[in-house]
Amino acid sequence: MVWLVVDGKKIEAQEGENLLQVCLRNEIYIPNLCYLNTMEKPHASCRLCFVELADKPKPVPSCTIPVKEGMIVRTDTPPVRRLQQTALRLLLSVHRAECRKCPSNRRCDLQKLARLLGVRLRPRRFKHIDRDAGPAHTHPLIEYVTARCVLCGRCIHVCERQHGKSFLTFAMRGFDTVIASLPSAALDPLQCGACHACIDACPVSALLLRDPA
Amino acid sequence: MSKNSNLALDDLFSRLQSEARNRMEGRETVISIGMATCGIAAGAEETKAAFLKEMEEVGIEAKVVPVGCIGHCYAEPFVVIHKPGFPPIAYPNVTPGKAKVLVRSFLLEGDPVFEFVLGATEANDLLPVLTDYPRFHLEERVVMDLCGRIDPASIHDYIGKGGYTGLYQTLTMTSEDIIREVLESGLRGRGGAGFPTGLKWQYGRDSVSPEKTVICNADEGDPGAYMDRTLLESNPHQVLEGLAICALAIGAEDAVIYVRAEYPLAVSMMTKAIQDAEDLGILGSSLLGTPHPFRVRVFQGSGAFVCGEETALIQSLEGRRGMPQHRPPYPVQSGLWGRPTVINNVKTLASIPPILRHGGKWYRKIGSPISPGTAIFSVVGKVVHPGLVEIATGTTLRTLIFDICGGVPKQRSFKAVQIGGPSGGCLPEAFLDTPVDFDSLTKAGAMMGSGGMVVMDDESCMVNVARYFLEFTQKESCGKCTFCRIGTRHLLDTLDRITRGEGRPQDLDFLELLCADVKDGSLCGLGKTAPNPIITSLKYFRDEYEAHIHEKRCPALMCRPLTAFYIDLERCARGCEACVGSCPVEAIFTTKGRKKAIDQDTCVKCGECVSACPTEYDAVKKVSPPSLAPRIERLKE
Repeated sequence: MVWLVVDGKKIEAQEGENLLQVCLRNEIYIPNLCYLNTMEKPHASCRLCFVELADKPKPVPSCTIPVKEGMIVRTDTPPVRRLQQTALRLLLSVHRAECRKCPSNRRCDLQKLARLLGVRLRPRRFKHIDRDAGPAHTHPLIEYVTARCVLCGRCIHVCERQHGKSFLTFAMRGFDTVIASLPSAALDPLQCGACHACIDACPVSALLLRDPA
Repeated sequence: MSKNSNLALDDLFSRLQSEARNRMEGRETVISIGMATCGIAAGAEETKAAFLKEMEEVGIEAKVVPVGCIGHCYAEPFVVIHKPGFPPIAYPNVTPGKAKVLVRSFLLEGDPVFEFVLGATEANDLLPVLTDYPRFHLEERVVMDLCGRIDPASIHDYIGKGGYTGLYQTLTMTSEDIIREVLESGLRGRGGAGFPTGLKWQYGRDSVSPEKTVICNADEGDPGAYMDRTLLESNPHQVLEGLAICALAIGAEDAVIYVRAEYPLAVSMMTKAIQDAEDLGILGSSLLGTPHPFRVRVFQGSGAFVCGEETALIQSLEGRRGMPQHRPPYPVQSGLWGRPTVINNVKTLASIPPILRHGGKWYRKIGSPISPGTAIFSVVGKVVHPGLVEIATGTTLRTLIFDICGGVPKQRSFKAVQIGGPSGGCLPEAFLDTPVDFDSLTKAGAMMGSGGMVVMDDESCMVNVARYFLEFTQKESCGKCTFCRIGTRHLLDTLDRITRGEGRPQDLDFLELLCADVKDGSLCGLGKTAPNPIITSLKYFRDEYEAHIHEKRCPALMCRPLTAFYIDLERCARGCEACVGSCPVEAIFTTKGRKKAIDQDTCVKCGECVSACPTEYDAVKKVSPPSLAPRIERLKE
């Protein structure tokens, strides 16, 4: 057991534990989207969970930091907030915020983060860019809404955990990156129909069960 | 190692060397033609064919040897003829026509055709020596020493020039000794980041694991950079030797060379080199006769720039999508398949054999004290003598661009130099006296990077240059992290707008803030350095951005929407029709006095009329902003 100080609060944790996980467990909220505590290696892609460490000159993503004895952590300094706000604004600038039509309304991570960080759901600083649909999503049971997806990769992770090998993957590159499923032939519709882990893991309802009609 | 096996080793190595020497000694004429990718593109195949055909016709024999690239791109196809009784003579730009003349005059009649000669490669009484030229004597060749001088497909050529002696020496050294030698040399990774190579190897050696791997990173992707390709094509064995020495130092038994699939000649040269080295017992189940096995394989990358980043490269090797991972763990702790992995750039590995051969102290004396050694740059763009240049670190940019590469052509003036490719920065004239080393360049806002250097003259628009590089990084972003995926897109969109003349006053602040956030917030080196071209051009060429935004003017007359062409009626010749036919959209019409004018609404600003207008009139003018062009209406019929 080691002791660390987060925002002036003394916390006990296992040495080497994930800092983000430790903070969340102790009810110190750090914005995050792509992290799940079942991940062996953090994805570190959403760039929201920044914190400041006493011995580092710049903010670092807390999901990548193993806890050490005597660590001094600040979660709400201006540089941290600035990076978090920019990251969220960037995500929102390509997110079609039609909250009333969205199943995630009121329990959406983006809404929660926007409130916490004081960011408008339609940021003024950034022009809205619609993301193209990418290659046709051919999954027989699951629908994918490109304009909602934040590409956190949680769905890929949970699918891999569930089935040993993920039926979902990132496709295309750069700005055009999307989540795609393996061709229907390679899917096992029985498993997909029963599992729904990816749909449950999606923080923004970008993955939905297809309307049978 | 027992004394006996030492003797066996000595035996094997001296046999290899004497074999190599025997093969090289001959009293025949040797014609060496630079036939790396660049030479072939410049027409070396045709030149070679012309030599062979003409020699057959006149009935003389000479050995035609395809060699690698000497780095003098402006002089391709580059030929060196060594005829007994003459010094080896270098000929630049040898076209098939020149080849025929050389065969008849020089090979047959013994006249070296002085008007074709560049110089001799050895001191002599007949001709000036190449090293009399600044391009040659200001260079310091350590890594590229043999490039263009040996047949890259012949392992005997390399051994005959002292190749593999570095490896041979390390066999009797402990791994600590090897690493100490490399640490003493002060060599820093030539892939761009400049991490001390000896230290990396030390970490690799200290990682406890039964299996370790060495990777040669040859996924060179910067626009305008081609030194890794040239090394692999021109002297693959030097890289292999470096790889083997690294493996001995850290205790690895296998290695991977990660080459872009877009480098087919490099791939085939390397594959052949590995095969030849295995056949001679240098690599393979036994490293030069020792019990230490060492296997090398070539892996072809599938064309993603980001795979040059070491963690993405490992993902790609493991068969996954090439996306960078968070570091730590660093590859030396847990790399390919979780094994400790040392990844070195081609140039770093190629520096190793000379260091082991001559000692770390010798290398340390070259160049500047904090980043000793030599650096290879591919100097391209607006210079008289573009090409690969190997210089001692600490040489100033001015010496490199003006003395070695001949400065800016066509009496234009120097404006900026972009160093380090899309991750680097543009430096203006005031920085020309900056010494070339890792720390000085980083301090100035550029970076050494892998060594791409683009020289720009006053015809280059800096906003457009920044836009070009952002377009590249935006296209090559892997799409994993928020800042790089979306942030660079917003940066690019803003630059796009500015070059179209739709910039807004607040854009500059927006760019500055977003650049800072993308730099601090991105996951890997690609995103962290992507804003550099904008940051430096905003710092040193802010006036150009302001001209675009406030005056809708492009000072370099490059951004098409901000320029216009018009015909100066004072200069236009009565009745001349030269420009009319050149216009692809029929925007040129006849106006008063049988002179010509351009219809601004139809004009697509291609500039064809500028070239078509006879120079003695020089009547077509290009201006920015477009409102400066006088509007002349078509005459009503």
